[in-house]
Amino acid sequence: MTALATASVPGSEAFASEFAARKARFAADPSWMAARRQAGIARFEALGLPTRKVEAWKYTDTQALGRQQYRLADDASLAPAVKDALALDVDAYRLVFVDGLYNAELSDVAGLPDTVRVVPLSDAIVNQPEVIGGSLNRLTGIDFTPFVALNSAFTEEGAVIQVGPRTVLDKPVYVLFLSRAAVEGQPVTMSHPRLLVQLGSRAEASVIEHHIGESGATNFTNMVSEVMLERGAVLNHYKLGEAATGETHIASLQVEQPRDSQYRSINLNTGGGLVRNDIVCDLNGNNAHARLDGLFFGRDRQHVDTHSLVNHNEALTFSDENYKGILADRARGVFNGRVLVKRDSQQIEAHQNNANLLLSDRAEINTKPELEIYADDVKCSHGTTTGQLDETAVFALRARGIDEQTARGLLTLAFANEVMTGLGIDAIAERIERSVAGRLPSRFHLDELVDLSVELGGGAVAVARDEDFA
Amino acid sequence: MASQEMEQLVQREYKQGFVTDIESDTIPPGLDESVIRFISAKKGEPEWMLEWRLDAYQQWLKMKAPSWAHLDYPEIDYQAISYFSAPKKPEDRPQSLDEVDPKLLETYEKLGIPLHERAALAGVAVDAVFDSVSVTTTFKKELSEAGVIFCSISEAIQDYPELIKQYLGTVVPKADNYFTALNAAVFTDGSFVFVPEGVTCPMELSTYFRINAANTGQFERTLIICEKQAQVSYLEGCTAPQRDDNQLHAAVVELVALEDAYIKYSTVQNWYPGDEDGKGGIYNFVTKRADCRGDRSKVSWTQVETGSAITWKYPSCILRGKHSVGEFYSVAVTNGRQQADTGTKMIHIGEGTKSTIVSKGISAGNSEQSYRGLVKIGPRAKGARNFTQCDSLLIGDRCGAHTFPYQEIGNATATVEHEATTSKIGEDQLFYCRQRGISEEDAVNMIVNGFCKDVFQELPMEFAVEAEALLNVTLEGAVG
Repeated sequence: MTALATASVPGSEAFASEFAARKARFAADPSWMAARRQAGIARFEALGLPTRKVEAWKYTDTQALGRQQYRLADDASLAPAVKDALALDVDAYRLVFVDGLYNAELSDVAGLPDTVRVVPLSDAIVNQPEVIGGSLNRLTGIDFTPFVALNSAFTEEGAVIQVGPRTVLDKPVYVLFLSRAAVEGQPVTMSHPRLLVQLGSRAEASVIEHHIGESGATNFTNMVSEVMLERGAVLNHYKLGEAATGETHIASLQVEQPRDSQYRSINLNTGGGLVRNDIVCDLNGNNAHARLDGLFFGRDRQHVDTHSLVNHNEALTFSDENYKGILADRARGVFNGRVLVKRDSQQIEAHQNNANLLLSDRAEINTKPELEIYADDVKCSHGTTTGQLDETAVFALRARGIDEQTARGLLTLAFANEVMTGLGIDAIAERIERSVAGRLPSRFHLDELVDLSVELGGGAVAVARDEDFA
Repeated sequence: MASQEMEQLVQREYKQGFVTDIESDTIPPGLDESVIRFISAKKGEPEWMLEWRLDAYQQWLKMKAPSWAHLDYPEIDYQAISYFSAPKKPEDRPQSLDEVDPKLLETYEKLGIPLHERAALAGVAVDAVFDSVSVTTTFKKELSEAGVIFCSISEAIQDYPELIKQYLGTVVPKADNYFTALNAAVFTDGSFVFVPEGVTCPMELSTYFRINAANTGQFERTLIICEKQAQVSYLEGCTAPQRDDNQLHAAVVELVALEDAYIKYSTVQNWYPGDEDGKGGIYNFVTKRADCRGDRSKVSWTQVETGSAITWKYPSCILRGKHSVGEFYSVAVTNGRQQADTGTKMIHIGEGTKSTIVSKGISAGNSEQSYRGLVKIGPRAKGARNFTQCDSLLIGDRCGAHTFPYQEIGNATATVEHEATTSKIGEDQLFYCRQRGISEEDAVNMIVNGFCKDVFQELPMEFAVEAEALLNVTLEGAVG
């Protein structure tokens, strides 16, 4: 019977077989986890991988995922030198995961205040099941997408960040997910990590979620994140996607925002072969504010898809969304931003903007900014543009003696930079700047220029600051 | 309950009567091959036309009604509809204006429709309600001198089979969607326009002037062909409220523009929207598409949509020819329990193609309105350009306004812009008008008309004036 059912649903058997093979690994689960696992795999087997006939997956084909063999990683060993080469250089509380498994040696959360917990999920499941059990899957249930169902079946590891009321975290929490290079002849490594962030009332924190792979990595990462803010909490959520081009990255995120809370997502993606981000913000209380900023840069045959949904469930809620896309070669970008204003949610302000730059004739962008409004006292707008660099701006630079290639490179960088103004963490800004400039086609000759700017920005400014305070 | 209601509606006799001379044999509700053979035989169609219809019917059987639109309506029972209605006898019609629904007359009054036309519109059985025959005769003479063919599609199938064979179904294929397949199988009439090379049609064509056009039934099919360097402006519909007892309407409109041709297609749609609870209104599922085949051809769609309980309509342009131009100007107003899912598709295939979309939506009462548009730029459409603006105005807190703009861009030289805003009428604007002694209702009308100005100025002159009045009538009672 099950054989028949799985055969009819595209792509589910590849995962089902690994699930069956790993029974022993999940044997130690508490019963509530085991029940969720079963529910997750059952739901996934019923749904299968989404096909392009489903509106939300119209432009992104995930069927190829069903044609591979998968395995879960067995160890998380990684040379510290490799980590250092890939990780961001930031002063932060750090959790490191390798192929989805926790690596304690590379992690460092020393000096955390008493009211803050930053622990791997496996630890939390054992030591504080009463807290985790209720929260996990509360926002993103197994019906969110088939991928969340799949994650629920394989959930093992991830980061749990809990900040007590009125605590302002001094340093960001840095959650690093590393993918190791693939081993020839082995099935594809998959991981289903979790991120659970809970901020007490009027707490403030910054979380950096960083996904990066060694250049030969082919991992399938299926991330599920849940962010629960309490009244007046403020969270900056940085997501830096630098997966290797052989990797597939699917991420589902839901944020719950009560009164006076602020959530800011900065979603920067330069890596990955197939990347999909689903972001849902629920604005449930007056004066809740969501700000979603993003930048995606694709080249070769990269495919980057972002779907966002902002639910204005209460009156006097605010959202701003600004996404920028740069696509070169044969890259494809998808942006679908949706704003939903519920009935009687009056005095809403929601603005959405998506600008795209196409650098090649074979690049493609599919964008759909949607507004769905059931209240009348609202100010909602959305705008989207797709085009090339402004020729008059190119001319203006050339007239000042800058050669054409450099001028175009500079303007592309400036286009990307717009999202990053006020980013707050220099290391991330620099990383993206380098990454975008370094990845621009070589004819742009920007390497030297960027190096110079980093020296200036990193070195000179820091010196100036020291002098000021001295 | 709803299906019963509908059954009653569709079973009721056709109020306004066919103009063509047909023996009054009605066929019972239901759809199968014999119905299609009956319709085809009634129209005296050649064998190939019957084949075409039957093929469409076979494909329709395999299709499903689209469910992606933001619309909510009970499932339609296609077997409960009579696909060929008998003309109504004059003695069954209202004998004078006194018997007509006073509400309807009141509306005519507000729209400023001349007295002698009111009777005709309300379906009163009066001979020669106005001097349409003489108008039409002069009209026909002038057209034939110019070489323009303007007749019903049934006549065209008889008289110009070659043109029909060459063009029918080439822009909107039979099985393009569920409703086009149904239309292809059972369409009863519609208009046919052919403008030969180099001719600018001497006048604006309108179904209003076409004899036999008063009631083309619920499945209308229109085909307009403009040869090289030809031009035509076509007006569809009428600002006066139209009562129709057929609840389901599924029309198809095909436009073909060859090199340097220009077609302007304006629509004012004001079908019965149903009563206060939205019962009994017209379901309008229309497929309109233009094919800009020739280089530098241009097609302009202008629509003012105020009626129908359900509107499902996306007038589109396939910009195939180099430097061809597509335009879409739309005002859609929904009130009461109306639902509209409307917009356009601009498919850029040729080099240097341009399109402009201006859509203004006004929702009031308990209505729901969606703009759904697609701008697709193909890899060969070098230097293609699109500008889209879609604004929504909300009046009242029980209505909904939605925007679903799809953009699929596969060319780096394309420039595509989209702007949309949703808001209510500004309190400050209202205050400004009130302060100057303008009543609230007039102020709202003024602001709404200003909001729609970009579209109204695209309408032919007399239509524009009527459209403004129509807008005010539709929104009556929505404010204050």
